[in-house]
Amino acid sequence: MASDEVKVIGAWASPFVMRPRIALNLKSVSYEFLQETFGSKSELLLKSNPVHKKIPVLIHADKPVCESNIIVEYVDETWSTSGPSMLPSNPYDRAIARFWAAYIDEKWFPSLKSILQAEGEEEKKAVLAQVEEGTALLEKAFIDCSKGKPFFNGEHVGYLDIAFGCFLGWLRVTELAAGHKVLDEAKTPSLSKWAEQFCNDPAVKPVMPDTATLAEFAKKIFAKPAA
Amino acid sequence: MADEVILLDYWLSMFGMRARIALEEKNIKFDYREQDLFNKSQILIEMNPVHKKIPVLIHNGKPVCESLIVVEYIDETWPGENQLLSSDPYQRAQAKFWADFIDKKVPGPTRLIWAGKGEEQEAGKKEFIEVLKTLESELGDKTYFGGETFGFVDIAFIGFCSWFDAYEKLANFSIEAECPKLIAWADRCLKRESVAKSLPDSEKITKYIPELKKRLGIE
Repeated sequence: MASDEVKVIGAWASPFVMRPRIALNLKSVSYEFLQETFGSKSELLLKSNPVHKKIPVLIHADKPVCESNIIVEYVDETWSTSGPSMLPSNPYDRAIARFWAAYIDEKWFPSLKSILQAEGEEEKKAVLAQVEEGTALLEKAFIDCSKGKPFFNGEHVGYLDIAFGCFLGWLRVTELAAGHKVLDEAKTPSLSKWAEQFCNDPAVKPVMPDTATLAEFAKKIFAKPAA
Repeated sequence: MADEVILLDYWLSMFGMRARIALEEKNIKFDYREQDLFNKSQILIEMNPVHKKIPVLIHNGKPVCESLIVVEYIDETWPGENQLLSSDPYQRAQAKFWADFIDKKVPGPTRLIWAGKGEEQEAGKKEFIEVLKTLESELGDKTYFGGETFGFVDIAFIGFCSWFDAYEKLANFSIEAECPKLIAWADRCLKRESVAKSLPDSEKITKYIPELKKRLGIE
């Protein structure tokens, strides 16, 4: 029956699109994945997200939900009886998880992105330093949030794991391009271990693109036109 | 044991106003501490080391930062009175979407209006009007953004309304002429005690703008 159908409009390379897909996998909810063609926007996307015209969009029973972290919370709340909760139950811990997810989107990821777009060694160095500062903060946040457990959310992958972990593919691509590791056992021991466990989680593995494929794609989209 | 609730805030911050309104809606007694953003206090730097910004809610010694996160925290911690977010997952997602839209689309253009001049200011005004029209269209004929009850999206936006007088005078336009339904909504919100108590007088803000620009080093 159409009324319960779940669709996700997205693209395989987008870390933001990975977020709802991981969430749906965690809740064992099957969905139809509608891939957008790179460089163009489908009628359905424009109709479902007229305000931002961006992916991901979750369509549940014909009703669209937009903005990746908002979609993750929606999935958690809608299929609340299926699988563990993606956010802590305590309001303070929830506020902390939301704080770091916002930090990642507003500060950390933009600085990561700008490494790939940096011109010249000086600029690259400066941006790398910024990213590492942020990653050091997240290493501490992980220790505080996880309280000795494998994930930010404790025993199981949750909202903040998804908010941060979705960028691991692009992080690896950036590290290769910059010739510099941001996440490693020496600098960020806890996050290194977390990253491995996150990527191996059955809800994550099917949707995390492999680094080589992503690197090829990055070359294409960041290619500078011939002088 | 009584709760200790402190709010680090700045009188004309539309983000700080969100926290004030939420606390008032829940009838929570709190210690309002005005901050000097040009000479940040030890407590602000300690409680929000990452951003060093207001508002910061300190509940029994533990800080909560980022205004919308503070509002949601208040709603979850004191669930009894005046629910600010719906219990329905779809309605909640819609409310969060529009609050996020406000955060993404309003500060940029409005800053160009009050801090910019000439072409920059004009561009800010044009963009702001478009954003207002989108919000007005979303409001439609509802009493509040969420329907019949005052809630999350109303709280997210109403603080900006205290700056309307400043925007209108600086960029020479009438928001009521562009978006009458939005002004009617703002008037309804201002009738609520929580909002009336939390918003500064618009004229006071308008008068303060030159001083604010001076302190920020803007011509």
